[in-house]
Amino acid sequence: MLYDSSPVAIAIFAAFVVGVVAFSFWLGRKGQSATGYYAAHGQIHWFVNGIAFAGDYLSAASFLGICGMIAFYGYDGFLYSIGFLAGWIVALFVIAEPIKALGKFTFADALDARFNSRGIKLAVAVSTLVVSVFYLIPQMVGAGHLIVPLLGLPYAAGVILVGVAVTLIVVTAGMVSTTWVQFIKGGLLVFFCGILVLLILNRGLLVNAGRSSAVNLTPQVRTVTPAGRVLINGQPQSRENDLRPVGTLHALPERYGEARTTGPLRPLEYLSTLEDSQIITWSARRHSDEAGSHTTYTPTVREGRDLLKPGGYFKGLSSGKLTDQLDFASLMLALFCGTASLPHILIRYYTVKDADAARKSTVVGIAAIGGFYVLTLYLGLGAMTSGALDPTSSNMAAPLLAKSFGETLFAVISAIAFTTVLGTVSGLIMAGSGAVAHDLVENCWGLQMTDHEKVRAGKIAAVGLGIIAMALGILFKNFNVSFLVGWAFHIAASANLPALVMLLFWPRTTKQGITAAVTVGMFASLGWILLSADTFEKVYGLARTDSPMPFSQPGLVTIPLGFLVLVVVSLLSPPPVGAPASSRLQ
Amino acid sequence: MASDQHQNPLGQSRSRNRRIGLALFAIYVLLYVGFMGIVLFQPDALSWRPFGGVNLAIAYGMVLIAAAFILAVLYMVACRRRTPDA
Repeated sequence: MLYDSSPVAIAIFAAFVVGVVAFSFWLGRKGQSATGYYAAHGQIHWFVNGIAFAGDYLSAASFLGICGMIAFYGYDGFLYSIGFLAGWIVALFVIAEPIKALGKFTFADALDARFNSRGIKLAVAVSTLVVSVFYLIPQMVGAGHLIVPLLGLPYAAGVILVGVAVTLIVVTAGMVSTTWVQFIKGGLLVFFCGILVLLILNRGLLVNAGRSSAVNLTPQVRTVTPAGRVLINGQPQSRENDLRPVGTLHALPERYGEARTTGPLRPLEYLSTLEDSQIITWSARRHSDEAGSHTTYTPTVREGRDLLKPGGYFKGLSSGKLTDQLDFASLMLALFCGTASLPHILIRYYTVKDADAARKSTVVGIAAIGGFYVLTLYLGLGAMTSGALDPTSSNMAAPLLAKSFGETLFAVISAIAFTTVLGTVSGLIMAGSGAVAHDLVENCWGLQMTDHEKVRAGKIAAVGLGIIAMALGILFKNFNVSFLVGWAFHIAASANLPALVMLLFWPRTTKQGITAAVTVGMFASLGWILLSADTFEKVYGLARTDSPMPFSQPGLVTIPLGFLVLVVVSLLSPPPVGAPASSRLQ
Repeated sequence: MASDQHQNPLGQSRSRNRRIGLALFAIYVLLYVGFMGIVLFQPDALSWRPFGGVNLAIAYGMVLIAAAFILAVLYMVACRRRTPDA
């Protein structure tokens, strides 16, 4: 669909971005030591840190991706919400305290605290970098796709805009500013989405999105010609000839009789009424011929009760095929294990004073994130029946839903979505630049640096990472955002979690075991992904059936593999020398 | 108990926290695996509408989200009571 760029949207958007960057410059004027740069002086208040957790975690995948998935496919997006949130339980109950007690600056320090091993430092630094990069790509892609309809700029411009803004933020004040960026972003996101959900509930459910025109069930066809031109229903795409927005309620439950609107609804009422209603969604079918590649969007009437249960996106759940079930279980396992293994989340544990503060901030984080995921269910379902969806882009569901309530709210939500990406990307670049400057350069290559030089090294690394992120974001333009995030979770869980957990709970863990587990976990999951059916189809353009892997999500295999490798290698290597009393975990 | 605390206070409280954490973690894992089991092996059960008109799929999902928060609060309170925190 074509979008008009609205001056209001641009103005609000610019105000947000400039405000956030200016705030970061202001914070950056306070002098920084290496402690300050990497761990924010250990003085961030627990409430601020907790909301910053939410700001860090609720990335493009959570906000745009899940809402879009629910709007397009029904319940299944909510499964992602459940999986993403459940990971925090692992983080809090298994990892949080010991990590805080062990580490100084980075995740690698935590894993290496007992042994002074270059092998560990190297393996973990590389794994941190790889995971950070894989998590960065979907954020940049999300940002690019946001900019196109919002500002009318080309895709690459959006990516570069994010890259430059974030690099500026990170380089000027490091962790302090990213914590505050994330706090602001987290707070705004939850707040404005809360407002949006209140509006959705107040609007209630409207047949045909409140329009009096007749229901239009004719299919639409979008064609991309070999020359790259876009046709809608055979004619060139233009303001007058464009795709119809989709996604409406077809019929209310019988008890409403002839009424075409329910009026304001309470939260549970909204869901149960939807279950008894009929909704017009659509199916997309692609085929190619010499005229180009055609996608046909056909409106379909569906029962609400069928949409509000699993199976819309994960087709295998209803087919009962074993490989599909394994695929799904594998993804849920990776999401569950992945949160605690993400380097940019773990770093945030170091920014509070002590263990009690870390616990409190995690509780605040879980409350904010959990609350937000409840909101996304309503956002997604509201979007599904808003009559405003663009069938070509699920990522736009949330902003378009907001637009159906007014231009201002659209501008605000889009700007917040953009700062969502800003916040996540700055956290990732922090983790990545920490890995490079602190772990690789100083610890592995043994370059001793002064405090000032350490900070500078971090900044140079941040700029380098920013450039790489921009380049990859432009390259991976057509990728599904959640798919890429899933990659990052699999790799993080396979590489990092076994080492982390066994180090904390099994005294026989040796440094060789950790190094081996991180290395094998990372390469196994990465290799599996690169050879999977999904990658064959979407990246290399080959047939799915050519892939050697039985199912696409590696976690079910590679996470246990990481544990196995760690145990075997640890037992094969000499037992660790008795650790000094202060770091004993018994 | 008092003399125990004296000799290795930090170690004691840390291991107590760890046990609490693991116990609460086990509870959540049971809930989570239970949910996944139903989704995979008894999907029809998810359409059941116990009360309030919302189906089990949505209700159970909400329970998991609420449980995460409740367990987190329990953990925080339990740990604080046991440690004169360092």
